[in-house]
Parts: sequence; structure tokens; C-alpha cells
Amino acid sequence: MSTLIFEKSRQGRRAFAQAPAAMADVDWPEHLLRQDRPRLPEASELQVVRHYTRLSQKNFSIDTNFYPLGSCTMKYNPRACNSLALLPGFAGRHPLGPVSHGQGFLQCMYELQEMLKAVTGMVGVSLTPMAGAQGELSGVAMIRAYHVAHGESERDEIIVPDAAHGTNPATATMCGCVVREVPTNGEGDIDQAALKAVVGPKTAGIMLTNPSTLGVFERDIITVERIVRGAGGLLYYDGANLNAICGKVRPGDMGFDVIHMNLHKTFSTPHGGGGPGSGAIGVGERLLPYMPIPIVTAKEADGKTIYDWLTEHDMPQSIGRLSGFMGNAGVLLRAYVYMRMVGRDGMRRIAEYATLNANYLQARLRDAGFELAYPNRRASHEFIITLKHEAKELQLTAMDVAKALLDRNYHAPTTYFPLLVPECLLIEPTETESKETLDNFVAAMVEIAREARENGTSFKEAPYKMPVRRLDDVKAARQLDLKYRPEDA
Amino acid sequence: MPFIPHTKEDTEEMLKTIGAPDLDALFDEIPANLIIDSLDNVPVGLSEMEITRLMHRRAAQDGAPQCFIGAGAYEHHVPQAVWDVATRGEFYSAYTPYQAEASQGTLQTIYEYQTMITELTGLDVSNASLYDGASGLAEAALMAVRGNRKNKSGRILLAPGVNPRYEQVALAIAGSQGITFDRLPMDRATGNATATLDDDEAPVAVVIQQPSFLGTLEEADRLTDWAHACGAFVIAVVNPTSLALLKAPGHWGEKGADIAIGEGQPLGIPLSSGGPYFGFMTCKQQQVRQMPGRIVGRTTDLNDETGFTLTLQAREQHIRRTKATSNICTNQGLMVTAATIYMSLLGYDGLRKVALRSQQNTTRLVAGLTAIDGIERLFDGPHFHEAALRFDRPVAPVLEALAAQDILGGYDLAASMPELDNAVLVCATETKMDADIDAYVAAMAHIFAKETRRSA
Repeated sequence: MSTLIFEKSRQGRRAFAQAPAAMADVDWPEHLLRQDRPRLPEASELQVVRHYTRLSQKNFSIDTNFYPLGSCTMKYNPRACNSLALLPGFAGRHPLGPVSHGQGFLQCMYELQEMLKAVTGMVGVSLTPMAGAQGELSGVAMIRAYHVAHGESERDEIIVPDAAHGTNPATATMCGCVVREVPTNGEGDIDQAALKAVVGPKTAGIMLTNPSTLGVFERDIITVERIVRGAGGLLYYDGANLNAICGKVRPGDMGFDVIHMNLHKTFSTPHGGGGPGSGAIGVGERLLPYMPIPIVTAKEADGKTIYDWLTEHDMPQSIGRLSGFMGNAGVLLRAYVYMRMVGRDGMRRIAEYATLNANYLQARLRDAGFELAYPNRRASHEFIITLKHEAKELQLTAMDVAKALLDRNYHAPTTYFPLLVPECLLIEPTETESKETLDNFVAAMVEIAREARENGTSFKEAPYKMPVRRLDDVKAARQLDLKYRPEDA
Repeated sequence: MPFIPHTKEDTEEMLKTIGAPDLDALFDEIPANLIIDSLDNVPVGLSEMEITRLMHRRAAQDGAPQCFIGAGAYEHHVPQAVWDVATRGEFYSAYTPYQAEASQGTLQTIYEYQTMITELTGLDVSNASLYDGASGLAEAALMAVRGNRKNKSGRILLAPGVNPRYEQVALAIAGSQGITFDRLPMDRATGNATATLDDDEAPVAVVIQQPSFLGTLEEADRLTDWAHACGAFVIAVVNPTSLALLKAPGHWGEKGADIAIGEGQPLGIPLSSGGPYFGFMTCKQQQVRQMPGRIVGRTTDLNDETGFTLTLQAREQHIRRTKATSNICTNQGLMVTAATIYMSLLGYDGLRKVALRSQQNTTRLVAGLTAIDGIERLFDGPHFHEAALRFDRPVAPVLEALAAQDILGGYDLAASMPELDNAVLVCATETKMDADIDAYVAAMAHIFAKETRRSA
């Protein structure tokens, strides 16, 4: 049953504790006033709490299930990060409040900037982008601004490998750039001949995820850097997979000019059912003047450190503002708490154990008969199996396995991405999962394959045990029903 | 090792299965000269007890001032149940509902949210939210350019009362796609827009903020009809609390606004230094395929039971890549969950009471402050829960003197609207008691009296 909160409403029912005392009506001209009565729910506090508590129970989540969604880094979100970010002094602070009433908050932000510089090897950090895609947007905008400032406004081509996240090409388009796609070779590295062929006087830069979405580290990264740099282009690091190298390798040392970090991945801020994310960016020397504002700075005065904002007055070449205030500040606080708890040595262990878990799971699944997309490669913190044989011989597709896993209480890995591997599952276990969990997951995968092979079981109609059975996506798109209308009920 | 469950034996056994001698061997495809030894600039890890003490100290350092600043973010009472329920692990630690059958909680919540926001704005369809109100204007501008088939100019006209930050953000995000922003002139008596075209180039869209950034109420009907007569789309920027009192943008003028966006923060989201908030966006049915971001639809499953799923994904970056409607990927799911619970708890009547009480409090504050010699209202006419005042002296020193008494007296307009001259924006929401307002007025009277005495 999926009864809506509106269907539980009764006219005249109120959650009385929630409204201030009644006051006199406004005396505005009639034509400015609302005439209709918007149909918001009319429910008691208990009904509301019960309704949404029950809805929450229809979700899989990290707190309840293994969630090996590749490229999303679904690791444990420590509870303290949330409760400390919601302390009244932080939660109640107005974004336009004076710095005299924000030194505690600003110090956290300043120190977060410094820690992110250290982890990435960059020289400047701006925390304002509100998600990875906005970090990408600011990165490409900075690259464009750099070329324009250096009298090379004709450089408007952004090179993107075919394995890239869809946000990379979409971002380049949003920044008014042209996308040049380069293929990946059979081992998962960039095809260097193809790369040499696309670079030239119009090259603005390259957007690279390393380790890539194929789950492998780009081994020739230094050559890639030389080719792009040699053609006058800059290098953008998509930090989606930073968890794989955190504390081991720094994008700054690989020669990147700009990086975005998905703090909701590597630094464990909540995914929240699809956001809020946080896409802080780091830059090398070349792009320092162009960073998005505001940025937090520290000044010494009378033997005291005072934290303050850098704004358009301090950074006239900045690409500007990306949010009404300073981005997802509360998410940044959560990342700050996480980084302080994990600390210097913990950073490296993130990459080590995320990589250990991925390689272990890869080895176990390979030994169990599943085909790896890149069998000769180390997994980074994630890897790909392809079900092309199972799909052909047993009609067992990646989609079927995904749905069958739900019935076994595992969230499915990422399916059908990256697009260049057929019938693929992109699997990222993260460092916070135990060996037993990984072993049990392997057992579930083996059981599904065996059922299909030995008993001819079809999983076309899975899942069976979820709150709903397999949903009709085609109908959803053809007969759009995007809101409740009581007149249709 | 925080949050890593491996015992020594686990690690050894796993390495053996992999066939690697040690953890370092797992990184042997990375050029050796790139591997770093240590992260000196990251402090050593703290226990939960230590970080708790540190964060309590820093939060307390920022104090608990009485806040009379609005200017795009508003202090409202957030019922305890909102975040108690929203931060349940099943909401908090889930991701984008790619596996719909295992994400019905998030999906149904978003569907209910879409219903509530379309009800409030009086438009046909809503997406699952955007990052915030300001970036919402950028997305709406791009959407208008895609959707308006009569006009391909890329020129967008803003009413003078559109939040200047929104313009800055829209320019930073959408400026490189040939979109330009100009302002309509301001009627200096009312603060409202004067609807005139200063040249022949018709706009692709006209942006009307209601209530305006300065708290005034625009003649939204007249402006909407004028914009439509010019062949432009109307983008409404609205405050959701105000919609309990003010005409919904879908009903503005003859045909209604085409797109409505706004900052969702007033709906149960803490101020939290500016985020995370969420931007809402609704539009007319015929523009639904131009919308950016996630959209949830209701459908049926194999048993013909009702269920919810992401839909119209062919607009999005993971399918369309360079041709997507936007590069946006996440929405602000957790904030939307909180806002949905907030709207359910308050209902229309509760939201109306919040709006009325905020309005009443601001009226009391403005009456008190303008009774002081040297303070006057900047504009005639009605305003909603925020008002622009003019001082007979520079604003910044006055606000500093108030802050020293833990009163955040308002938003100094000197930086964003310097042409208004010694102007300040003040706001008193329902969270203020009469005594708070009276204390603020008394403190202000004292500052003005002292300064006047000094200069006399």
C-alpha cells in the first residue's frame, strides 16, 4: 500500500503545536492576495511522524543494507558528524551574520580548506560548489577564464574520455565548450594515439577521472599530462573516485590544475536520498585567481587570528558566485568533523582498505565464475563485472541480477554504467564493510547465477520481497503522473 | 582505525585471496614516484569525545544573537519532528533512488513534495528540487531560452526587486551560454518595477520576484501580462511562506507565470550559514520536458499496485550527456524530505499563521524603528515580513554597535544596492517575541540618541 499523506488528511485536523498564535489578517489590496486554498495535508503530528517513519522503512540505506553502488562511495556516515553540525550555534547562524558572530564556524571552514589542500596537493580550495556537478562547472569555467585572460579565447574544446560520467560532457556544454571524446583502450587506459590526434590549438583542457569509472588507475597519467599540457591545455581532475587514492596519491602531484571533490563520497557526508552533495574544488597556481567566491581567509591582528571572507573585492578575476551564500555549509561541517576524526593516518587507511575490499571482492567473484571487464588489472576501490554471457545464454541480464539482489537484502551495484561495457555491474564495497558482508554478497551472487543456470529460474519478475514489484518505467514516462490530484482518485 | 572493521586476520586472509603480499602491493599500478609518505598538514585523528568538545566550544563561540536579518534566508521555528524523522538512517544514508523498488520511501516523499509545491505555486509540475534558490534562477533562465520558441535573443530582464545575489549566480552559471541579464527601472517611491522596454530588443524572459528582495509587493498581474505581450516567458521568484497569503504565480495576470522558482529554506531548513538549502522549481505542463533535475512519477508494478519511480530521465546528463537539459545530477533530497514533513505538520493554516505572525512582527518592528528620529521607511506600499529602511547616517557602524549587544540588526544594502544610500533591510519572523522586538527598538533608539548627542 502506498497511501499518500493527502489521503490521510481530514479537513480541519491540525498539528496544533506547530503554529504560532493566530493574528489579524493583512490589509493588502485584493488583487495581490491568494484566493484559492492550496491543498496541503491536514494531519496530526502523530500521523505525520508515523507516515514518514513508515515511508523511511521502505528505503534501502547504508544504515540498513550493504549498498555497493559503484562510483557513489556508499560508506558509513558517522553519527557524530550529523549531530555536531546541527549544534544550535551552527544550525542557527544566519549566512549574512557578521564575522564577529561566526568565528567558530569560519575557523572550521578555514581548517577544512587547509586539510583538503593537504590531501589533494592543491594550493587553493573553494568550498562553495554545492555538488560534484557544480564543482565541475566551476572547474571548466575557471579553465575558460584562464584561457580568455591569456588571450586564447579560441580554446573552447574540452576532451572527455568515453568512460566519463555524464556530468562531464553536460558540464562542458553548460560552459559553452565543445566536447571532444577520446576512446579507452582494451586495458582501460586512455588511447594515447587518439588523444594526440584531438589535442591542438583549440584545446581548453581535459576532464579526467583517475582512477577512472572503469575502476582502474590511468597508468600513463604523466604522459597524458604531457600531451595535454604540450598542446596548451589544462587538466581537470574529477574527484568522484578520490576515495581510492586518498592519502596515497595526490592529484596535485599528478599535474592537475583543478580538482573537484565529492565530499559526500570520500568524506562521508550523507547522500540523503539524492543530496545534498558538496563539490569543493582545489586548484593549482595557474587557476588561483579564478576560484569561485566566497573563500575563508585568516588574518593576524593583535596576536589573534581573525577569520574573514574573501569576496569579489579581493578576487576580481573570480568566476563569481555559485550559490546564494557559501554553498552547503552544513555539509562542509560534517566533512570537517569526519576528517578530524579520521586524521592524518586514517586518510591513508581509507584508500588502503577501500582498495583491499574491492580487490578481494573482485577476486572472489572471478573465482566464482563471473567475468571481469578488466581481468588483468588491479581494481581500484571499485571494479566491473560483465554479464554478457549470462545475458546471452541464460537471459540473465544485469538488470535481473540487480533486482534479484534486492530480494536478498543487498542494494544493487551500479548497472549499465559505464556505457562501454555491456551488461555491466560496477561494484564499490567501500572500506567500512566487513569481510563477512563481502563473503555473504558473493554467496548471494553465486546463488542467483546458479538458480538461473541449474534451475532455469527467471528473474525477469524480480523483485518479489520489496514494497513493490518491478515498476513500469515506460508507463511512468508515457502517462505522466507527477502529483496527486484528488479529482483523479 | 575509525570506521574500518578489519581485524589483522581479516586483512591477511583477504590479501592471500587476492595474491598480494601487502596493502602497498595493491597500488603497484600507480607510478611509484607519485605515492606519498605522509600528510603532515592533516592533524592527527581525534576521538569522538575530543571532536565533540571542540565543536561544542566553536558553536558556543558564535553565540546565540537575536537575528533580524532576512535577505534571502529566514529564521523560522522548525518543529522537532522534522529533523528527528528526516535524519533517520533510512532517509539520511540512502542515495538517489536508482533502484526504485528499494527506494519507495524517498520516491513517495518526493512525489508528495512535488504535489505540495505545485499546490503552493499554482503551477502544473514540479521537479525533485535544485541546489538553492539562486542557482534555480540560472536553471530557469536556461529553461526559458530552451522553451521560448518565439524569441531566441537570450536577453533576460529582471525586475529591480530581484535579489542581486541571484543575478550574480545566474550570470556565473549561465553567462557562458550567451544569456544576458538587464534590469527594469525601479519606481523610487514604491520600489517596484516600471514596465518599459528601453530599446527594441524583446526579452526571452522577465523575472519577477514577489515579495521583492526589498520586501515590497510587485504588481505581479500587470507585469506578467506586459511580459507575455512582449513574447517573453515569466519566471517568478517566490518565497514559499509568503504563498500562504499572496497570489500564487500560476495565477498571475491573464495566463500566469510560466516558471516559478525560489529558495525552499523557509520550509523547515535551519539557517546553517547558508546551506544546505534547496531550490524549488515548478512550471506549466507544456514545459515539463525542458525541466532540469530529477522528476518522480507514479506508475504501477507487475501486480498493478501503485509505486513511484524516477521518470523523464531522457532529459538528464547520464543519458543525454552533451545534450542534457542541465549538468545537475543530485537534487537536495534530504532537505526536500524535511520540507515535506514541515509542510505536512503545518498544513496551509499553519503556514498562514507563520506568514501572518511574521508579517505582524515586522510591522511592529518597522513602527518602532521609524519612530526613532533619523530612521524612515524607504518605500511606500505594502511589504511582506521584511522592510527596507533608510538611516540618516552610514549603516555599518550602527549594525556593529547592535552586534556588540548580540543583536543582528539587519542586512546592510550598501554592498549590493549602493544606489539606495544608507539603506538596511530588517526582518522579524514569527520566532520573535514582542519583548525581543521592543529590546531591539530600545537598543537602536539608544544608539541613535547617543550619536545624535555626540554630533550636536
